[in-house]
Amino acid sequence: MNMEVRQPLRAQKTRYGIVDCDIHPKLLMEDFRAHLSNQWWSHLQTYGFRPRHGFAKTYPMPKITPQAARRDAWPPTGGLPGSDLSFMREQLLDLYDMDYGIMNPLTPTGQGDQNPEFSAAMSFASNEVQLAKWSGPEKRLKASVVVPYEHPEAAQVEIKRRAGDKRFAQVFMLSRIAEAHGRRRYWPIYQAAVEAGLPVGIHAFGYSGWPLTNSGWPSFYIEEVTEHAIGQAAVVASMIFEGLFERYRDLKVVLIECGFGWLPALGWRLDKHWERMRDEVPHVRRPPSEYLREHFWVSTQPMEEAEDPDHVIDAMRWIGFDRILFATDYPHWDFDDPFVALPPSLTEEQRLAIYGGNAKKLYGLA
Amino acid sequence: MSDIKAIDCDVHPSLPDIKLLLPHLEEYWRDSVIERGISSLETAAYPPKAPLTARPDWRGDNGYAATTAAELAAQVLDKWDASYAICNCLYGVQLVFNEDMARAFHRALNDWIRTEFLDRDARLRASIIVPMQNIEYAVEEIERCATDRRFVQIMVLCMQETPLGRRHHWPIFAAAERLGLPIGIHAGSNYRNPVTSLGWPTSYLEDYTSQAQGFQSTVTSLIAEGVFAKYPKLKVVLLESGVTWLPAFLWRFSKTWRGARTEVPWVDRSPAEIVRDNFRLTLQPFDGPSHPDDVERIIDHLRSDDMLLFSSDFPHWQFDGDARIPKGIPEGLRRKILVENPLATYDRLNPTPARA
Repeated sequence: MNMEVRQPLRAQKTRYGIVDCDIHPKLLMEDFRAHLSNQWWSHLQTYGFRPRHGFAKTYPMPKITPQAARRDAWPPTGGLPGSDLSFMREQLLDLYDMDYGIMNPLTPTGQGDQNPEFSAAMSFASNEVQLAKWSGPEKRLKASVVVPYEHPEAAQVEIKRRAGDKRFAQVFMLSRIAEAHGRRRYWPIYQAAVEAGLPVGIHAFGYSGWPLTNSGWPSFYIEEVTEHAIGQAAVVASMIFEGLFERYRDLKVVLIECGFGWLPALGWRLDKHWERMRDEVPHVRRPPSEYLREHFWVSTQPMEEAEDPDHVIDAMRWIGFDRILFATDYPHWDFDDPFVALPPSLTEEQRLAIYGGNAKKLYGLA
Repeated sequence: MSDIKAIDCDVHPSLPDIKLLLPHLEEYWRDSVIERGISSLETAAYPPKAPLTARPDWRGDNGYAATTAAELAAQVLDKWDASYAICNCLYGVQLVFNEDMARAFHRALNDWIRTEFLDRDARLRASIIVPMQNIEYAVEEIERCATDRRFVQIMVLCMQETPLGRRHHWPIFAAAERLGLPIGIHAGSNYRNPVTSLGWPTSYLEDYTSQAQGFQSTVTSLIAEGVFAKYPKLKVVLLESGVTWLPAFLWRFSKTWRGARTEVPWVDRSPAEIVRDNFRLTLQPFDGPSHPDDVERIIDHLRSDDMLLFSSDFPHWQFDGDARIPKGIPEGLRRKILVENPLATYDRLNPTPARA
């Protein structure tokens, strides 16, 4: 059983200044009505989402809990987990005395939908709903610019619309999209993000239209969850080998909810083979691990748990303690509790950087 | 065992010309090769002229390396003082779509390896290449070759049409366990799926580096589907997989299993434990950090001295010079990696095998 029952009894001795870099507010369908044209509202009612897989109402792999949520995250007032701001304050923002939370809205935002124009309309509406229902009433919550990434021109328009609005912290993409993230078709998104001074957050999930693994579709949810980290390696390799960071030198990428332990080994592997075959990618001027070190941030959840906790510290050291951002993934079942998730042998300075210092610097939060 | 100095668990004879298979094909397929102009089955996983495919000083005049047993003897066995080397031929018969044609080419390739390599140098051993296009053919080929004890392993490619652990593949695991042969999973794809979950990448570099993702998905599939609950004695060797991705992958997979194991109740212990008991990895391409102290740390993260098997990955250009073991790997592990772990993995290499 995945029972998570938190009691608001913990005494706060130290203020950690936590910035939770992965909160999932549940945007409600009825909230979209005001921000969609009649035509798109009718389209949504009639045809629904068509997200590059075959299930009309649900996901290919059934989650391990309803809504993939903590059992205790269902608001007492009714409604879906993550849908009630006051309950989110009680269970998360206030309980852990958080300074900020970055919202990463998932379904039903229409990202990756097979109809790119519909996805564009849904993205706009998702951003409006985040402002109206969440970051408007709750200043600690920052929105992410949901973009219709399979319609990069429309994504660019959406980013420009939000540029300069401090209520938005980043541009938001998913990890499984139609082509690898470094490919030319997505460059307008990065161009606009850099111009707007926003990092690009890439959150695990989505449907690319390709099988989840390079051996086709697996059978189990447990494989899908494991695959979030595995697949993210291809995202990183593509961005580096396409020369994205030579083209967009100020581009900052945040890898969200895909763990981080795998990142050092990926860097070593990319370096080794790049050294041998760099003539194939002459636009890549430096070892891949250098781009990795300079342009990528990672969020902690689901926190790596090695049999020897010091091994996780090694991984953090190889990545850089200044690149690691704390995240809970509220209200999902694999939520990381801020008070117990980090390895015990971190220094106080490292702990504070991971809890909030790094995120404040990256996202420009005071 | 004390006379054995090293066992090279992954070397690649190359087939420079499809015509060399003609003597090993039945008449119908021999005619097909000629009449249809089938000129090559070489795989895009190793473009023949790509730097990785063969180290320059190992290439012959025709650009190919390791085309004869004599070359393997001089460049591998003598150079690295190897008592045995296991030949894993990577000619792209796994990519063939017609399953009858695939059966014919797999048989021919195994027979070519037998006559041109195994028969010509007593130190050479080989893996049985199996036509996964049809599981019955695969089992048939395993049984046909396994009577020759110089075949020490069953070899499949990492990226399959469907994940390797899926139940329709289980007849080969049953055969492997029954015959005491490890399943060697080698880098490569039959290209039924794009090599990333984001489609077909731009560069060969992405293709080759994505092998590490393929291995992770494959290990996940084998464990999640319950292969080791059904075949607990099955040994799996990851060939040319890289090494350093394994520890963090196991952190993640084991943690996910702890949270969601109700979905796969037959997985009754941590994936990390299953991997340490049932999986082995060859050494090259060693994808370690540059500083030897960090190499020592990442090897420590494996939490096992039994997992690594020496391989040169000859003739792939994974390293320069002649050092068998990369810097930073502890001295105390050398003998384990070079000799003891391979012998423990490949029963048929032992002078007195457990299974006669």
